[in-house]
Amino acid sequence: MRNPLSETIVNIKPSGIRKFFDIVSEMKDAISLGVGEPDFDTPWHVRDEGIYSLEKGRTFYTSNAGLMELKEEISKYLDRRIGVHYNPKNEIIVTVGGSEGIDIAMRAMLDPGDEVLIPQPSYVSYEPCCLLAGGKPVIIELKAENEFRLTKQELLDAITDKTKLLVLPFPNNPTGAIMEKEDLEAIAEVIIEKDIFVLTDEIYSELSYKGDHVSITSLPGMQERTILINGFSKAYAMTGWRLGYACGPKEIIEQMLKIHQFAIMCAPTTSQYAAVEAMRNGDKDVAQMREAYNQRRRYLMHAFKEMGLECFEPFGAFYVFPCIKEFGMTSEEFATRFLEEEKVAVVPGTAFGDCGEGFLRISYAYSLDNLKVALNRMAHFVDRLRQEQKK
Amino acid sequence: MREKILTYIEKNSRVSLKDLAILLGTDEVTVANEIVEMEKEHIICGYHTLIDWDKTTEEKVTALIEVKVTPQRGQGFDKIAERLYNYPEVDCVYLVSGGYDFMVMIEGKTMRSVAQFVSDKLSPQECVLSTATHFILKKYKDHGSVMVRSSKDERQLVTL
Repeated sequence: MRNPLSETIVNIKPSGIRKFFDIVSEMKDAISLGVGEPDFDTPWHVRDEGIYSLEKGRTFYTSNAGLMELKEEISKYLDRRIGVHYNPKNEIIVTVGGSEGIDIAMRAMLDPGDEVLIPQPSYVSYEPCCLLAGGKPVIIELKAENEFRLTKQELLDAITDKTKLLVLPFPNNPTGAIMEKEDLEAIAEVIIEKDIFVLTDEIYSELSYKGDHVSITSLPGMQERTILINGFSKAYAMTGWRLGYACGPKEIIEQMLKIHQFAIMCAPTTSQYAAVEAMRNGDKDVAQMREAYNQRRRYLMHAFKEMGLECFEPFGAFYVFPCIKEFGMTSEEFATRFLEEEKVAVVPGTAFGDCGEGFLRISYAYSLDNLKVALNRMAHFVDRLRQEQKK
Repeated sequence: MREKILTYIEKNSRVSLKDLAILLGTDEVTVANEIVEMEKEHIICGYHTLIDWDKTTEEKVTALIEVKVTPQRGQGFDKIAERLYNYPEVDCVYLVSGGYDFMVMIEGKTMRSVAQFVSDKLSPQECVLSTATHFILKKYKDHGSVMVRSSKDERQLVTL
Protein backbone atom coordinates (compact mmCIF):
# COMPACT_ATOMS: atom_id res chain seq x y z
CA MET A 1 0.00 0.00 0.00
CA ARG A 2 1.16 3.53 -0.66
CA ASN A 3 1.92 5.80 2.24
CA PRO A 4 -1.37 7.51 3.00
CA LEU A 5 0.19 10.41 4.88
CA SER A 6 1.43 13.81 3.90
CA GLU A 7 5.10 14.30 4.49
CA THR A 8 4.51 17.84 5.68
CA ILE A 9 2.25 16.81 8.52
CA VAL A 10 4.27 13.75 9.52
CA ASN A 11 7.33 15.96 9.95
CA ILE A 12 5.55 18.27 12.35
CA LYS A 13 6.22 17.39 16.00
CA PRO A 14 3.25 17.04 18.35
CA SER A 15 3.10 19.51 21.23
CA GLY A 16 5.37 18.59 24.14
CA ILE A 17 2.99 19.68 26.88
CA ARG A 18 0.77 16.66 26.87
CA LYS A 19 2.90 13.92 28.29
CA PHE A 20 3.27 15.42 31.76
CA PHE A 21 -0.41 15.80 32.18
CA ASP A 22 -1.19 12.29 31.20
CA ILE A 23 0.82 11.32 34.28
CA VAL A 24 -0.82 13.95 36.50
CA SER A 25 -4.31 12.69 35.82
CA GLU A 26 -3.33 9.27 37.14
CA MET A 27 -1.30 10.39 40.14
CA LYS A 28 -3.09 10.78 43.45
CA ASP A 29 -2.70 14.12 45.26
CA ALA A 30 -0.89 15.56 42.29
CA ILE A 31 -1.34 19.26 41.71
CA SER A 32 -1.12 20.74 38.30
CA LEU A 33 0.09 24.23 37.59
CA GLY A 34 0.13 23.46 33.93
CA VAL A 35 -3.28 24.31 32.58
CA GLY A 36 -3.41 27.27 30.23
CA GLU A 37 -7.04 28.22 30.62
CA PRO A 38 -8.95 30.31 33.16
CA ASP A 39 -10.17 28.55 36.31
CA PHE A 40 -13.24 30.78 36.42
CA ASP A 41 -16.60 29.78 35.02
CA THR A 42 -17.99 31.87 32.20
CA PRO A 43 -19.99 34.68 33.87
CA TRP A 44 -23.55 33.54 34.43
CA HIS A 45 -25.24 36.29 32.41
CA VAL A 46 -23.19 35.21 29.41
CA ARG A 47 -24.07 31.53 29.85
CA ASP A 48 -27.68 32.51 30.34
CA GLU A 49 -27.70 34.34 27.03
CA GLY A 50 -26.32 31.23 25.32
CA ILE A 51 -29.08 29.14 26.89
CA TYR A 52 -31.69 31.72 25.90
CA SER A 53 -30.52 31.64 22.29
CA LEU A 54 -31.03 27.86 22.28
CA GLU A 55 -34.47 28.22 23.86
CA LYS A 56 -35.41 30.65 21.14
CA GLY A 57 -34.37 28.09 18.56
CA ARG A 58 -31.42 30.01 17.17
CA THR A 59 -29.81 26.82 16.01
CA PHE A 60 -28.94 27.74 12.42
CA TYR A 61 -25.68 28.80 10.82
CA THR A 62 -24.88 32.46 11.02
CA SER A 63 -23.48 34.25 8.00
CA ASN A 64 -19.94 33.11 7.27
CA ALA A 65 -18.12 36.04 8.79
CA GLY A 66 -20.31 35.92 11.91
CA LEU A 67 -23.39 37.65 13.31
CA MET A 68 -23.51 41.30 12.29
CA GLU A 69 -24.62 42.13 15.82
CA LEU A 70 -21.49 40.52 17.23
CA LYS A 71 -19.16 42.11 14.70
CA GLU A 72 -20.61 45.49 15.59
CA GLU A 73 -19.97 44.83 19.26
CA ILE A 74 -16.42 43.72 18.51
CA SER A 75 -15.89 46.90 16.54
CA LYS A 76 -17.17 49.03 19.42
CA TYR A 77 -15.07 47.08 21.88
CA LEU A 78 -11.87 47.64 19.88
CA ASP A 79 -12.68 51.33 19.57
CA ARG A 80 -13.12 51.53 23.29
CA ARG A 81 -10.20 49.35 24.42
CA ILE A 82 -7.40 49.96 21.91
CA GLY A 83 -8.64 53.01 20.05
CA VAL A 84 -8.71 51.44 16.59
CA HIS A 85 -11.71 51.37 14.27
CA TYR A 86 -12.55 48.28 12.23
CA ASN A 87 -15.51 48.22 9.88
CA PRO A 88 -17.81 45.41 11.01
CA LYS A 89 -18.93 44.89 7.39
CA ASN A 90 -15.65 43.81 5.89
CA GLU A 91 -12.76 44.09 8.33
CA ILE A 92 -13.84 41.62 11.02
CA ILE A 93 -14.34 37.88 10.89
CA VAL A 94 -15.59 35.76 13.76
CA THR A 95 -13.54 32.58 14.09
CA VAL A 96 -13.50 29.30 16.00
CA GLY A 97 -11.18 30.54 18.73
CA GLY A 98 -8.16 32.72 18.18
CA SER A 99 -6.36 29.65 16.90
CA GLU A 100 -8.44 29.45 13.73
CA GLY A 101 -7.61 33.09 13.09
CA ILE A 102 -3.89 32.33 13.26
CA ASP A 103 -4.27 29.44 10.83
CA ILE A 104 -6.37 31.19 8.21
CA ALA A 105 -4.36 34.40 8.38
CA MET A 106 -1.20 32.47 7.56
CA ARG A 107 -2.89 30.51 4.80
CA ALA A 108 -4.27 33.71 3.31
CA MET A 109 -0.95 35.53 3.39
CA LEU A 110 1.81 33.04 2.69
CA ASP A 111 3.27 31.66 -0.52
CA PRO A 112 5.83 28.86 -0.56
CA GLY A 113 9.18 30.15 0.64
CA ASP A 114 7.81 33.19 2.44
CA GLU A 115 9.54 33.60 5.74
CA VAL A 116 7.57 34.10 8.94
CA LEU A 117 9.34 35.51 11.98
CA ILE A 118 8.21 33.73 15.12
CA PRO A 119 9.52 34.99 18.44
CA GLN A 120 9.94 32.17 20.98
CA PRO A 121 9.23 31.08 23.68
CA SER A 122 5.66 31.34 22.47
CA TYR A 123 2.40 29.52 21.94
CA VAL A 124 2.97 26.22 20.20
CA SER A 125 0.84 26.62 17.11
CA TYR A 126 2.50 29.42 15.12
CA GLU A 127 5.23 27.21 13.72
CA PRO A 128 3.00 24.31 12.59
CA CYS A 129 0.41 26.71 11.14
CA CYS A 130 3.16 28.43 9.19
CA LEU A 131 4.50 25.11 7.89
CA LEU A 132 1.02 23.94 6.90
CA ALA A 133 0.54 27.18 5.00
CA GLY A 134 3.75 26.51 3.07
CA GLY A 135 5.72 29.23 4.82
CA LYS A 136 9.15 29.00 6.32
CA PRO A 137 9.30 29.64 10.07
CA VAL A 138 12.26 31.71 11.23
CA ILE A 139 12.62 31.65 14.98
CA ILE A 140 13.66 34.72 16.95
CA GLU A 141 14.95 33.67 20.34
CA LEU A 142 13.76 36.12 22.97
CA LYS A 143 16.00 36.74 25.95
CA ALA A 144 15.41 36.81 29.67
CA GLU A 145 17.59 39.91 30.02
CA ASN A 146 15.09 41.79 27.82
CA GLU A 147 12.22 40.42 29.91
CA PHE A 148 11.37 38.35 26.84
CA ARG A 149 10.31 41.39 24.83
CA LEU A 150 11.14 41.59 21.15
CA THR A 151 13.79 44.21 20.48
CA LYS A 152 14.34 46.22 17.32
CA GLN A 153 17.79 44.72 16.85
CA GLU A 154 16.57 41.13 17.18
CA LEU A 155 13.96 41.89 14.55
CA LEU A 156 16.42 43.54 12.19
CA ASP A 157 18.83 40.61 12.51
CA ALA A 158 16.15 38.14 11.47
CA ILE A 159 14.76 39.98 8.45
CA THR A 160 15.74 38.83 4.95
CA ASP A 161 14.31 39.67 1.47
CA LYS A 162 11.96 36.75 1.92
CA THR A 163 10.46 37.93 5.20
CA LYS A 164 6.74 38.45 4.80
CA LEU A 165 5.19 38.29 8.23
CA LEU A 166 6.06 38.86 11.88
CA VAL A 167 4.08 37.05 14.55
CA LEU A 168 3.73 39.25 17.64
CA PRO A 169 2.52 37.12 20.57
CA PHE A 170 2.04 39.58 23.44
CA PRO A 171 0.97 39.44 26.27
CA ASN A 172 2.92 36.25 25.94
CA ASN A 173 2.21 32.64 26.71
CA PRO A 174 4.42 31.17 28.32
CA THR A 175 6.56 34.02 29.65
CA GLY A 176 3.90 36.55 30.68
CA ALA A 177 5.94 39.24 28.91
CA ILE A 178 4.25 42.32 27.49
CA MET A 179 5.28 44.91 24.92
CA GLU A 180 4.73 48.49 26.00
CA LYS A 181 4.12 51.38 23.66
CA GLU A 182 7.80 52.35 23.25
CA ASP A 183 8.72 48.72 22.53
CA LEU A 184 6.05 48.53 19.85
CA GLU A 185 7.01 51.86 18.29
CA ALA A 186 10.55 50.60 17.75
CA ILE A 187 9.20 47.46 16.08
CA ALA A 188 6.65 49.34 13.96
CA GLU A 189 9.36 51.53 12.50
CA VAL A 190 11.21 48.49 11.17
CA ILE A 191 8.02 46.82 9.95
CA ILE A 192 7.07 49.82 7.85
CA GLU A 193 10.56 50.43 6.55
CA LYS A 194 11.06 46.81 5.51
CA ASP A 195 7.50 46.51 4.20
CA ILE A 196 6.42 43.43 6.11
CA PHE A 197 3.17 42.47 7.82
CA VAL A 198 2.27 41.68 11.39
CA LEU A 199 0.07 38.98 12.88
CA THR A 200 -0.55 40.21 16.40
CA ASP A 201 -2.02 37.60 18.73
CA GLU A 202 -3.61 39.59 21.54
CA ILE A 203 -5.71 36.86 23.10
CA TYR A 204 -4.37 37.82 26.56
CA SER A 205 -4.84 41.57 26.03
CA GLU A 206 -7.34 41.94 28.88
CA LEU A 207 -4.88 40.32 31.25
CA SER A 208 -2.35 43.14 31.42
CA TYR A 209 -1.22 44.30 34.83
CA LYS A 210 0.80 47.38 33.98
CA GLY A 211 -1.63 49.91 32.59
CA ASP A 212 -3.87 49.22 29.63
CA HIS A 213 -2.74 46.92 26.87
CA VAL A 214 -1.40 48.70 23.78
CA SER A 215 -1.97 47.16 20.38
CA ILE A 216 0.50 47.61 17.53
CA THR A 217 -2.45 48.31 15.20
CA SER A 218 -3.03 51.58 17.03
CA LEU A 219 0.35 52.96 15.92
CA PRO A 220 0.46 55.19 12.82
CA GLY A 221 0.71 53.27 9.56
CA MET A 222 0.25 49.88 11.22
CA GLN A 223 -3.44 49.09 10.84
CA GLU A 224 -3.07 48.62 7.09
CA ARG A 225 -0.39 45.95 7.57
CA THR A 226 -1.63 44.13 10.66
CA ILE A 227 -3.93 41.22 11.31
CA LEU A 228 -5.22 41.39 14.85
CA ILE A 229 -6.24 38.16 16.55
CA ASN A 230 -8.27 38.18 19.72
CA GLY A 231 -11.07 36.19 21.28
CA PHE A 232 -13.29 35.44 24.22
CA SER A 233 -11.46 32.50 25.80
CA LYS A 234 -9.09 34.23 28.17
CA ALA A 235 -10.81 37.55 28.86
CA TYR A 236 -14.27 36.15 29.55
CA ALA A 237 -13.28 32.63 30.64
CA MET A 238 -15.01 31.19 27.57
CA THR A 239 -12.48 28.63 26.32
CA GLY A 240 -15.02 25.89 25.67
CA TRP A 241 -17.23 28.15 23.57
CA ARG A 242 -14.51 28.26 20.91
CA LEU A 243 -14.89 31.82 19.80
CA GLY A 244 -12.40 34.37 18.57
CA TYR A 245 -12.05 37.00 15.91
CA ALA A 246 -9.60 38.37 13.39
CA CYS A 247 -9.51 41.96 12.18
CA GLY A 248 -7.47 43.51 9.41
CA PRO A 249 -7.43 45.21 6.03
CA LYS A 250 -10.44 44.14 3.99
CA GLU A 251 -8.31 42.66 1.17
CA ILE A 252 -6.78 40.17 3.60
CA ILE A 253 -9.99 39.50 5.56
CA GLU A 254 -11.77 38.77 2.27
CA GLN A 255 -9.29 36.00 1.45
CA MET A 256 -9.34 34.64 5.00
CA LEU A 257 -13.10 34.50 4.75
CA LYS A 258 -12.81 32.19 1.75
CA ILE A 259 -10.79 29.66 3.72
CA HIS A 260 -13.10 30.06 6.71
CA GLN A 261 -16.25 29.54 4.65
CA PHE A 262 -14.94 26.42 2.94
CA ALA A 263 -13.34 24.83 5.99
CA ILE A 264 -15.53 25.97 8.88
CA MET A 265 -18.70 27.59 7.47
CA CYS A 266 -19.20 29.76 10.52
CA ALA A 267 -18.36 29.93 14.22
CA PRO A 268 -20.84 28.28 16.62
CA THR A 269 -24.12 30.21 16.72
CA THR A 270 -24.84 29.75 20.44
CA SER A 271 -21.38 31.01 21.30
CA GLN A 272 -21.86 34.06 19.12
CA TYR A 273 -25.04 35.09 20.89
CA ALA A 274 -23.40 34.57 24.27
CA ALA A 275 -20.43 36.65 23.10
CA VAL A 276 -22.69 39.58 22.22
CA GLU A 277 -23.75 39.66 25.86
CA ALA A 278 -20.14 39.32 27.03
CA MET A 279 -19.10 42.36 24.99
CA ARG A 280 -22.10 44.44 26.05
CA ASN A 281 -22.13 43.73 29.76
CA GLY A 282 -18.95 41.87 30.59
CA ASP A 283 -16.48 44.63 31.42
CA LYS A 284 -16.90 44.28 35.15
CA ASP A 285 -16.45 40.50 35.04
CA VAL A 286 -13.21 40.98 33.15
CA ALA A 287 -12.02 43.53 35.70
CA GLN A 288 -12.82 41.18 38.58
CA MET A 289 -10.96 38.27 37.04
CA ARG A 290 -8.02 40.49 36.15
CA GLU A 291 -7.79 41.63 39.76
CA ALA A 292 -7.87 38.05 41.02
CA TYR A 293 -5.11 37.00 38.59
CA ASN A 294 -3.08 40.03 39.53
CA GLN A 295 -3.27 39.11 43.23
CA ARG A 296 -2.07 35.61 42.52
CA ARG A 297 0.68 36.95 40.29
CA ARG A 298 1.97 39.10 43.13
CA TYR A 299 1.74 36.15 45.47
CA LEU A 300 3.80 33.94 43.17
CA MET A 301 6.44 36.59 42.61
CA HIS A 302 6.75 37.01 46.35
CA ALA A 303 7.07 33.27 46.89
CA PHE A 304 9.81 32.98 44.25
CA LYS A 305 11.67 35.82 45.86
CA GLU A 306 11.54 34.03 49.20
CA MET A 307 12.81 30.86 47.56
CA GLY A 308 15.60 32.86 45.98
CA LEU A 309 14.46 31.77 42.54
CA GLU A 310 15.33 34.04 39.66
CA CYS A 311 12.30 35.34 37.81
CA PHE A 312 11.56 38.55 35.92
CA GLU A 313 8.27 40.16 36.80
CA PRO A 314 5.71 39.32 34.11
CA PHE A 315 2.96 41.84 33.47
CA GLY A 316 0.61 39.87 31.29
CA ALA A 317 -1.38 36.66 30.76
CA PHE A 318 -1.52 34.21 33.68
CA TYR A 319 1.94 32.70 33.59
CA VAL A 320 5.24 33.20 35.31
CA PHE A 321 8.44 31.89 33.81
CA PRO A 322 11.04 31.32 36.52
CA CYS A 323 14.63 30.41 35.72
CA ILE A 324 16.01 27.12 37.06
CA LYS A 325 19.46 27.23 35.50
CA GLU A 326 21.14 27.34 38.94
CA PHE A 327 20.25 23.67 39.50
CA GLY A 328 22.28 22.46 36.55
CA MET A 329 19.56 20.40 34.97
CA THR A 330 17.35 20.76 31.94
CA SER A 331 13.81 22.08 32.21
CA GLU A 332 12.51 18.65 31.42
CA GLU A 333 14.64 16.96 34.09
CA PHE A 334 13.51 19.52 36.64
CA ALA A 335 9.85 19.16 35.71
CA THR A 336 10.05 15.36 35.76
CA ARG A 337 11.70 15.21 39.19
CA PHE A 338 9.37 17.87 40.55
CA LEU A 339 6.42 15.81 39.48
CA GLU A 340 7.82 12.52 40.75
CA GLU A 341 9.08 13.82 44.08
CA GLU A 342 6.61 16.55 44.98
CA LYS A 343 3.68 15.71 42.76
CA VAL A 344 3.43 19.11 41.17
CA ALA A 345 3.18 19.43 37.42
CA VAL A 346 4.64 22.41 35.61
CA VAL A 347 5.50 22.75 31.94
CA PRO A 348 9.18 22.77 30.89
CA GLY A 349 10.06 25.96 29.04
CA THR A 350 11.32 23.93 26.11
CA ALA A 351 7.74 23.04 25.18
CA PHE A 352 7.56 26.59 23.78
CA GLY A 353 10.79 26.58 21.83
CA ASP A 354 14.41 25.56 22.37
CA CYS A 355 15.22 28.92 23.94
CA GLY A 356 12.82 28.07 26.77
CA GLU A 357 15.57 25.78 28.12
CA GLY A 358 16.35 26.59 31.73
CA PHE A 359 12.86 27.92 32.45
CA LEU A 360 9.49 26.63 33.61
CA ARG A 361 6.02 27.81 32.79
CA ILE A 362 3.85 28.08 35.87
CA SER A 363 0.22 28.94 35.36
CA TYR A 364 -1.68 30.86 38.01
CA ALA A 365 -5.08 30.04 36.62
CA TYR A 366 -5.60 28.19 39.91
CA SER A 367 -7.14 29.10 43.24
CA LEU A 368 -4.87 30.70 45.78
CA ASP A 369 -5.23 27.70 48.11
CA ASN A 370 -4.05 25.45 45.34
CA LEU A 371 -1.12 27.74 44.55
CA LYS A 372 -0.10 27.86 48.19
CA VAL A 373 0.18 24.09 48.47
CA ALA A 374 2.13 23.91 45.24
CA LEU A 375 4.47 26.72 46.25
CA ASN A 376 5.18 25.01 49.58
CA ARG A 377 6.13 21.87 47.76
CA MET A 378 8.26 23.88 45.39
CA ALA A 379 10.12 25.52 48.28
CA HIS A 380 10.91 22.06 49.71
CA PHE A 381 12.05 20.81 46.36
CA VAL A 382 14.28 23.78 45.70
CA ASP A 383 15.83 23.45 49.17
CA ARG A 384 16.52 19.81 48.58
CA LEU A 385 18.15 20.47 45.23
CA ARG A 386 20.40 23.08 46.80
CA GLN A 387 21.39 20.65 49.57
CA GLU A 388 22.27 18.06 46.94
CA GLN A 389 24.40 20.58 45.08
CA LYS A 390 26.41 21.37 48.20
CA LYS A 391 27.42 17.77 48.71
CA MET B 1 -6.70 50.62 48.76
CA ARG B 2 -9.65 50.55 51.16
CA GLU B 3 -11.98 49.24 48.51
CA LYS B 4 -9.49 46.53 47.56
CA ILE B 5 -9.03 45.45 51.15
CA LEU B 6 -12.78 45.34 51.72
CA THR B 7 -13.48 43.43 48.51
CA TYR B 8 -10.94 40.82 49.52
CA ILE B 9 -11.82 40.37 53.19
CA GLU B 10 -15.53 40.41 52.48
CA LYS B 11 -14.93 36.97 50.95
CA ASN B 12 -12.14 35.83 53.21
CA SER B 13 -11.66 37.63 56.49
CA ARG B 14 -9.20 35.03 57.72
CA VAL B 15 -6.47 36.03 55.31
CA SER B 16 -3.30 36.98 57.19
CA LEU B 17 -2.10 40.58 57.03
CA LYS B 18 1.08 39.38 55.41
CA ASP B 19 -0.72 37.54 52.63
CA LEU B 20 -3.18 40.35 52.11
CA ALA B 21 -0.33 42.83 51.70
CA ILE B 22 1.35 40.60 49.10
CA LEU B 23 -1.87 40.01 47.20
CA LEU B 24 -2.67 43.71 47.02
CA GLY B 25 0.89 44.74 46.24
CA THR B 26 1.44 46.87 49.33
CA ASP B 27 3.04 46.47 52.76
CA GLU B 28 1.71 44.95 55.92
CA VAL B 29 1.71 48.17 57.94
CA THR B 30 -0.49 49.98 55.41
CA VAL B 31 -2.99 47.14 55.37
CA ALA B 32 -3.03 46.84 59.16
CA ASN B 33 -3.53 50.58 59.63
CA GLU B 34 -6.33 50.78 57.08
CA ILE B 35 -8.14 47.89 58.70
CA VAL B 36 -7.87 49.40 62.18
CA GLU B 37 -9.12 52.73 60.84
CA MET B 38 -12.06 51.09 59.11
CA GLU B 39 -12.91 49.21 62.27
CA LYS B 40 -12.92 52.49 64.19
CA GLU B 41 -15.09 54.13 61.56
CA HIS B 42 -17.47 51.16 61.67
CA ILE B 43 -16.97 50.50 57.99
CA ILE B 44 -15.88 47.07 59.14
CA CYS B 45 -18.55 46.08 61.66
CA GLY B 46 -17.56 42.54 62.49
CA TYR B 47 -16.02 39.29 61.29
CA HIS B 48 -18.42 36.41 61.00
CA THR B 49 -18.25 32.83 59.90
CA LEU B 50 -20.52 31.49 57.21
CA ILE B 51 -21.95 28.24 58.53
CA ASP B 52 -24.23 25.76 56.88
CA TRP B 53 -26.13 24.72 60.03
CA ASP B 54 -28.08 22.17 58.04
CA LYS B 55 -24.97 20.01 57.94
CA THR B 56 -24.71 19.99 61.74
CA THR B 57 -26.90 18.28 64.33
CA GLU B 58 -27.91 21.67 65.71
CA GLU B 59 -31.61 22.38 65.24
CA LYS B 60 -32.31 25.86 63.99
CA VAL B 61 -35.01 27.62 62.05
CA THR B 62 -34.78 30.91 60.32
CA ALA B 63 -37.71 33.05 59.26
CA LEU B 64 -38.11 36.17 57.18
CA ILE B 65 -40.87 38.35 58.56
CA GLU B 66 -42.52 41.11 56.59
CA VAL B 67 -43.65 43.81 58.96
CA LYS B 68 -46.05 46.65 58.15
CA VAL B 69 -45.97 49.55 60.58
CA THR B 70 -47.30 53.06 61.11
CA PRO B 71 -44.37 55.42 61.41
CA GLN B 72 -44.48 57.61 64.47
CA ARG B 73 -44.69 61.30 64.22
CA GLY B 74 -41.33 63.01 64.50
CA GLN B 75 -39.42 59.75 64.76
CA GLY B 76 -40.11 58.09 61.45
CA PHE B 77 -39.02 54.51 61.10
CA ASP B 78 -35.83 54.66 63.10
CA LYS B 79 -37.49 54.43 66.49
CA ILE B 80 -39.52 51.41 65.41
CA ALA B 81 -36.46 49.78 63.93
CA GLU B 82 -34.71 50.17 67.24
CA ARG B 83 -37.59 48.43 69.02
CA LEU B 84 -37.18 45.56 66.59
CA TYR B 85 -33.43 45.17 66.49
CA ASN B 86 -33.02 45.28 70.23
CA TYR B 87 -34.49 41.80 70.52
CA PRO B 88 -31.53 39.41 70.63
CA GLU B 89 -33.35 36.80 68.55
CA VAL B 90 -33.60 39.27 65.66
CA ASP B 91 -30.73 38.76 63.25
CA CYS B 92 -31.31 41.44 60.61
CA VAL B 93 -33.63 44.39 60.23
CA TYR B 94 -33.96 46.17 56.89
CA LEU B 95 -36.22 49.05 55.97
CA VAL B 96 -37.43 48.19 52.48
CA SER B 97 -39.43 49.67 49.65
CA GLY B 98 -42.55 47.93 48.33
CA GLY B 99 -45.59 46.35 49.93
CA TYR B 100 -44.33 46.36 53.51
CA ASP B 101 -41.90 48.38 55.61
CA PHE B 102 -39.47 46.15 57.49
CA MET B 103 -37.89 42.88 56.60
CA VAL B 104 -36.90 41.18 59.82
CA MET B 105 -34.85 38.04 59.91
CA ILE B 106 -35.06 35.93 63.00
CA GLU B 107 -33.41 32.77 64.12
CA GLY B 108 -34.87 30.40 66.68
CA LYS B 109 -34.44 26.86 67.96
CA THR B 110 -37.87 25.72 66.85
CA MET B 111 -40.71 26.91 64.70
CA ARG B 112 -42.75 27.33 67.84
CA SER B 113 -40.21 29.68 69.40
CA VAL B 114 -40.25 31.82 66.24
CA ALA B 115 -44.05 31.78 66.15
CA GLN B 116 -44.11 32.78 69.77
CA PHE B 117 -41.83 35.68 69.16
CA VAL B 118 -44.11 36.94 66.40
CA SER B 119 -47.31 36.53 68.38
CA ASP B 120 -46.03 37.62 71.78
CA LYS B 121 -43.51 40.29 70.99
CA LEU B 122 -43.76 41.57 67.46
CA SER B 123 -47.46 41.74 66.61
CA PRO B 124 -48.68 43.31 69.87
CA GLN B 125 -46.48 46.36 69.31
CA GLU B 126 -48.65 49.42 68.89
CA CYS B 127 -47.00 50.55 65.70
CA VAL B 128 -47.13 47.14 64.00
CA LEU B 129 -50.06 46.84 61.61
CA SER B 130 -49.47 43.35 60.30
CA THR B 131 -46.84 40.67 59.82
CA ALA B 132 -46.26 37.78 57.41
CA THR B 133 -43.82 35.09 58.47
CA HIS B 134 -41.88 33.01 55.92
CA PHE B 135 -39.90 30.06 57.22
CA ILE B 136 -36.76 29.28 55.31
CA LEU B 137 -36.87 25.72 54.00
CA LYS B 138 -33.47 25.41 52.39
CA LYS B 139 -30.53 27.72 51.98
CA TYR B 140 -28.92 27.53 48.56
CA LYS B 141 -26.64 30.51 48.57
CA ASP B 142 -25.56 32.90 51.28
CA HIS B 143 -23.17 35.84 51.15
CA GLY B 144 -22.19 34.88 47.62
CA SER B 145 -21.27 31.32 48.54
CA VAL B 146 -23.24 28.46 47.09
CA MET B 147 -23.99 25.95 49.87
CA VAL B 148 -25.11 23.01 47.79
CA ARG B 149 -22.27 22.54 45.32
CA SER B 150 -18.81 21.09 45.59
CA SER B 151 -16.25 22.43 43.18
CA LYS B 152 -13.95 20.21 41.20
CA ASP B 153 -11.44 21.13 38.54
CA GLU B 154 -12.93 19.78 35.35
CA ARG B 155 -10.46 21.28 32.93
CA GLN B 156 -9.09 18.67 30.57
CA LEU B 157 -5.79 18.25 28.85
CA VAL B 158 -5.25 20.49 25.94
CA THR B 159 -2.31 21.73 23.96
CA LEU B 160 -1.63 25.28 25.01
